[in-house]
Amino acid sequence: MELFLLQLFIFLAAAAVAVPIAKKFGLGSVLGYLIAGILIGPFGLSLIADIEQVMHFTEFGVVMMLFLVGLELKPSLLWQMRTPILGMGGFQVIATSMAIAGIAAFFLPWQQALAIGMTLSLSSTAIVLQTLREKGLMNTSAGRSVFSVLLFQDLAVIPMLAAFPLLATVVAHGADHHGPALFDIAALPGYLRILVTLGAIFSIFFLGKFAARPIFRTIAATRVREIFVAAALAIVVGISLLMIAVGLSPALGAFLAGVVLADSEYRHELESDIEPFKGLLLGIFFISIGASLNFTMILEKITLIAALVVGLIAIKWLILIATGLIFKIGGKQRSLFAVALAQGGEFAFVLFQFSKANGVLTAETIDPLISAVAISMFLAPLLFIAYEKISEKSTPAPETAEADHIERGGQKVIMAGFGRMGTDLGRLLISAGIRPVILDHDAANVEVLRKFGFEVYYGDITRLDLLESAGAAEAEVLVITIGDIEKTRELIELVRKHYPHLKIAANALDRGSVYELMDLGITTIRRETFGSALSLGEDTLRLLGVHPYEAYKLKRLFRKKDEETMPELYKIHRKDEEQYISMYQKHNADLEKLMALDMQADMEELNKAWLSISPEE
Amino acid sequence: MKKILIVFAHPAFNRSCINSALRKAVENLENITFHDLYSSYPNFLIDVDHEQRLCEAHDVIIFQHPFYWYSTPAIMKEWLDLVLQHGWAYGSKGNALSGKLFLNVLSAGDQATYLKKGDNPFSLKHLLSPFCATAKLCKMTWLPPFAVLAAHSGMPQQEINSHAEDYRRFIIALRDNRINLGKAVKSSHINSDLKGVLKG
Repeated sequence: MELFLLQLFIFLAAAAVAVPIAKKFGLGSVLGYLIAGILIGPFGLSLIADIEQVMHFTEFGVVMMLFLVGLELKPSLLWQMRTPILGMGGFQVIATSMAIAGIAAFFLPWQQALAIGMTLSLSSTAIVLQTLREKGLMNTSAGRSVFSVLLFQDLAVIPMLAAFPLLATVVAHGADHHGPALFDIAALPGYLRILVTLGAIFSIFFLGKFAARPIFRTIAATRVREIFVAAALAIVVGISLLMIAVGLSPALGAFLAGVVLADSEYRHELESDIEPFKGLLLGIFFISIGASLNFTMILEKITLIAALVVGLIAIKWLILIATGLIFKIGGKQRSLFAVALAQGGEFAFVLFQFSKANGVLTAETIDPLISAVAISMFLAPLLFIAYEKISEKSTPAPETAEADHIERGGQKVIMAGFGRMGTDLGRLLISAGIRPVILDHDAANVEVLRKFGFEVYYGDITRLDLLESAGAAEAEVLVITIGDIEKTRELIELVRKHYPHLKIAANALDRGSVYELMDLGITTIRRETFGSALSLGEDTLRLLGVHPYEAYKLKRLFRKKDEETMPELYKIHRKDEEQYISMYQKHNADLEKLMALDMQADMEELNKAWLSISPEE
Repeated sequence: MKKILIVFAHPAFNRSCINSALRKAVENLENITFHDLYSSYPNFLIDVDHEQRLCEAHDVIIFQHPFYWYSTPAIMKEWLDLVLQHGWAYGSKGNALSGKLFLNVLSAGDQATYLKKGDNPFSLKHLLSPFCATAKLCKMTWLPPFAVLAAHSGMPQQEINSHAEDYRRFIIALRDNRINLGKAVKSSHINSDLKGVLKG
């Protein structure tokens, strides 16, 4: 226990120190983790003992990553982007695999060459997406192409994991560490094994489609967030165990579960609950990669490794340029596209470990390759910087009109709260052709609304991560109809801090809440019951026999005057209660007078107007 | 018997003695539909479809209103803009109103105001030419207005009553086909010589 805690402390402390430093130098968090790993590894301070053991554990971070990728992939989105994903991604992965395998085949058996080719065709999702996001390039045409290719690569990992055991040529290096957990399926006869495997995949679909929602609803109703987190983790862990038991890749299972749950209203919540665990586990994974870098070996084989790094980046870069030409990405965007994806990826570590365990590749082959991939990842942020320097020089003219900054179906409105106020508001927006992202904290309500076909998500809106995954960075307007003023205030302060661009419209339960919102500088405020109260007042006047148009006019007049007096009352409401009350009464009296005037037949003025014979006189 | 639709608009109806008197005189007659626009559509959201069905169901369409700025109150203009659709009211396929009668019933300033040499250098009939043109475009028969003049500065109750009675007689005659149309068209206001216009 002590030892475990000590190890944990070292990992966490190293991450906490190294990542901020790396970010400060513009290197990104992945490099930070890798550097932290080197520092605490055998070639640095020698602080960690069993790297292999840690690595196996943290591979679970990759499983979680695939679960999240699956969650992001609504079947509809996948369909919408099918051309760039399949076309560009497919071409890049196949061409790169072939090119690298072709070269490797001069030195190694073809099976091994092919495994290396496939492994090295992948790029680093973590580094690239993070860097593009940091530089604000996600919505450029290059950014979207990069995303498509990365998506394809993430998907390609699954067939690769499935195919590698078929490429085995050497005796497996040590036992499979994903060994059977619950029972040994290998003991079953062949047909039963297939049945069990199919059953496992089917049960993921079945549970995801039918069982997950009622379970989540029940859990959400408890309003204990930890339980929801526990359930989310239990899903991922459970599926991994199931997949291992039937001899499939846990990453594949997690990915499938993600896709199945992508359409559920709990998507954002699941995402933001799993995200920190994924981040942390992936971080520790990167640290262990850093720690496992064998510097003695690197120094011994410095020429080989340098050649591998240069060769890897050059081959990938050339094929990416070719991809860009084939799929007609414009000049400057093409260079960015090629530079962005020219490194090796974190999945390479997974696949190399996997291939070692499955007897595809030997440790002697893998070690220099792992070092090369890690070094290429180190170089990736530097390549970005180099690209920026060069492109600044080479293009003095302003960039020509490219199809950039197009909203990729990005929702413009986020609605916080979808209760009695939000429902009709949302219906209005939807019928006006605006599809808001809706967040609500009442699980039962969410369930009902989904039945009616609204796009509603469950979650606590005052959580930054949930706001982020709801798209607060891209949205234009946040409509708050939570009702509870404390929550509303909390949310507004959070949004002001992190998304100052968001325009805010808020409802208030009463006059006091209006003043509180005005304190926060909110100007678009509606009192929840004000509009209905006035309309009902109008109806009452009509029932009393007042002409409908007169009743309507009185309502509007009242609203206008009431809203006009608001700022004045606001100014004094805190200072002096007595003064406030007297001012309030005065305004009411004024209003009464004004309305009476409007009601009365004030013929004098009107007559004058019509009696004046021509406007000049 | 003709069916008559009276489209009525007065934004301050409770202030107008003459219009309430005119309204009272006709609103309960058989085959007369009195339709108050400000009452039906206080927020100006006119139900075009309903209005067109109403027009189709009547033979005479009367616009009763005060003569605001040489025209109708805003909601009546809105009504004309929206209800008289191309393909329904006019155009090669727009025959819904074809052959129906069209006239304005209005309250306006002094007679003296509407003379060539008067304060407004146009006659009332002249100022109503947009309505005449509208009727023509919709293949309707335009009649000169039923005009109550000099009502704004207050009118003795007796005079109001007599105008209301004229209006009632005119509407009943119109409904019962007892109008000399040839004579009516030639008059400046239909009620300037009501006796001559009414048959029998």
